Amino acid sequence: MKTFYLRELAHARAGDKGDTNNIGVIAYEAHYYPLILRSITPERVHEHFRGIVKGRITRYELPRVHAINLVMEGALGGGVTRSLSLDPHGKSYSALILTMPVEVTEDIAAELMLKGRQPIARKIEE
Amino acid sequence: MRSPRKEQSPPRTRTLRIGAGASYAGDRVEPATELAARGKLDYLVYETLAERTIALAQLERRKNPQNGYNELLADRFYSVLPHCKNNGTRVVTNMGAANPTGAAKRSAQIIRDLQLGPMKVAAVLGDDVLQYCLDNADRLKLMETGKPLSSLEGQIVSANAYLGADVIVAALRKGADIVLTGRGGDCSLFLAPMIHEFGWKQDDWDILGKGQTGADMVECGANVSGGFFADPGYKDVPELWNLGYPLLEVERDGAIVVSKLPGTGGVINRAICAEQMIYEIHDPANYITPDVVVDFTQVELEEIGPDRVRISGGRGKPRPVELKVSVGVLEGWIGEAEIIYAGLGCLERARLAEKVVRERLKIGGVNLQELRIDYIGMNALHGEASLPPKEPPYEVCLRFAGRALEKRDAVRLGNEVETLVGKGPASSSIPRKHVREVLAIYSCLIPRAAIKPRIIVTEVA
Repeated sequence: MKTFYLRELAHARAGDKGDTNNIGVIAYEAHYYPLILRSITPERVHEHFRGIVKGRITRYELPRVHAINLVMEGALGGGVTRSLSLDPHGKSYSALILTMPVEVTEDIAAELMLKGRQPIARKIEE
Repeated sequence: MRSPRKEQSPPRTRTLRIGAGASYAGDRVEPATELAARGKLDYLVYETLAERTIALAQLERRKNPQNGYNELLADRFYSVLPHCKNNGTRVVTNMGAANPTGAAKRSAQIIRDLQLGPMKVAAVLGDDVLQYCLDNADRLKLMETGKPLSSLEGQIVSANAYLGADVIVAALRKGADIVLTGRGGDCSLFLAPMIHEFGWKQDDWDILGKGQTGADMVECGANVSGGFFADPGYKDVPELWNLGYPLLEVERDGAIVVSKLPGTGGVINRAICAEQMIYEIHDPANYITPDVVVDFTQVELEEIGPDRVRISGGRGKPRPVELKVSVGVLEGWIGEAEIIYAGLGCLERARLAEKVVRERLKIGGVNLQELRIDYIGMNALHGEASLPPKEPPYEVCLRFAGRALEKRDAVRLGNEVETLVGKGPASSSIPRKHVREVLAIYSCLIPRAAIKPRIIVTEVA
């Protein structure tokens, strides 16, 4: 199994409501969607967003557009309007989610590499 | 030029074209003018109110009762209204912010200046529910903390309810060429023209769900036509600098296409529509708007031509019984300051500077509720979740941010960073510092019956 950054499989956009951030993660291809469902679980996202998400993470599925919506509570430093962060809305969290490592099946790995996408070279410390 | 509007004729059968001219208070002016000039629009919508914008506008209005509406209103209307008049395009916008009446007066003056009359301008009032909220502060619960509104007594500066499409529809029925509202659901600005033109019933939840799905696609303006999307080599956007703002083509049965003007930059495809559909929603089966609860889970996105995507499968459920209110609350002050170190050992000097400031804040007894320190260039946005750097940075910007109840404590933080030059580690930039008041937003729910919407129509000859 090869490991790729999620960025090679999906794109994302993040937004805010109060102290809650949500990230839409959309597979570039429908056949990548099962990989995303398997790897981008609330538990793994919580671990990846260490120090950022203080509350619950809920994952909603939108299979028709091969996307998930991650709703992360307590993720914006107490709320957009009082946060001390340079990114109070958490709009840059879409870039952070795309740094998650995803284990990819051999055929999809070959497909990605044909497109010039490279697997993660060094070992990711979990 | 079209003649003045007549009373509402039978429901429309032709395609309805609605342009999205803005998606925040300071949005660019020119793309909307281009849409109005070339887009064959029936309606042009400007959405300009973020959660906090209206609370800031309330503070503006307190300082000067003439103010409190969108600062770019005159810039926008001077350039766009001649096209709107020529093409029979009506304008719906929440640029009224905290002062729709003031915005209507200014608009009437612009119409007279440009000799565009006769035109009707409608101001929609009733979203300001501050008095109701103060009167019921013991009973209303804050959604964020669960505490009663009265727990913030003395700090509350504004309370504005999210009105729905119904009151905008009523203004359109009165023949308004321009409708100026304050706080409302963003999508409602787009849904109202659909309801008005097609005669949709305001309890036909499925058709409203379809309409609101289209509205959701364009309520963030260029975010569906190439904005906030480009990632070179992954998601490329042609002529990003020349982004065309989006427009909706709506049919009476709720079929919707999102498109933009030919010859503009940007892109409209399935990928960006999917990003926009999920943007700032929680449960996709239950997206709550004042008009209808929308279910996005069955939505299909289909590319039917260059920069044209068909949106189908949106559904609706009954609207909520209560309306959301944004409450503006003054909560102290934030002080910020930045200093940059460069060259060999820059990170070590920045770390020492952090320690110096922390110790001096203690010595000075500076009272901060929260202090945040970022190393810009390394981990400012994602903290410990950032990928580790491959090698030490050549330069690093050290940023301090602190929240304090008293202004003097927030000021003191900046001063302690400023004095790092001369009294801190060697070789730095000259620091920048900044203090601002915190205007936080909380939410609560109130019964619809607590809202008394009013429409004031001004006829400009």
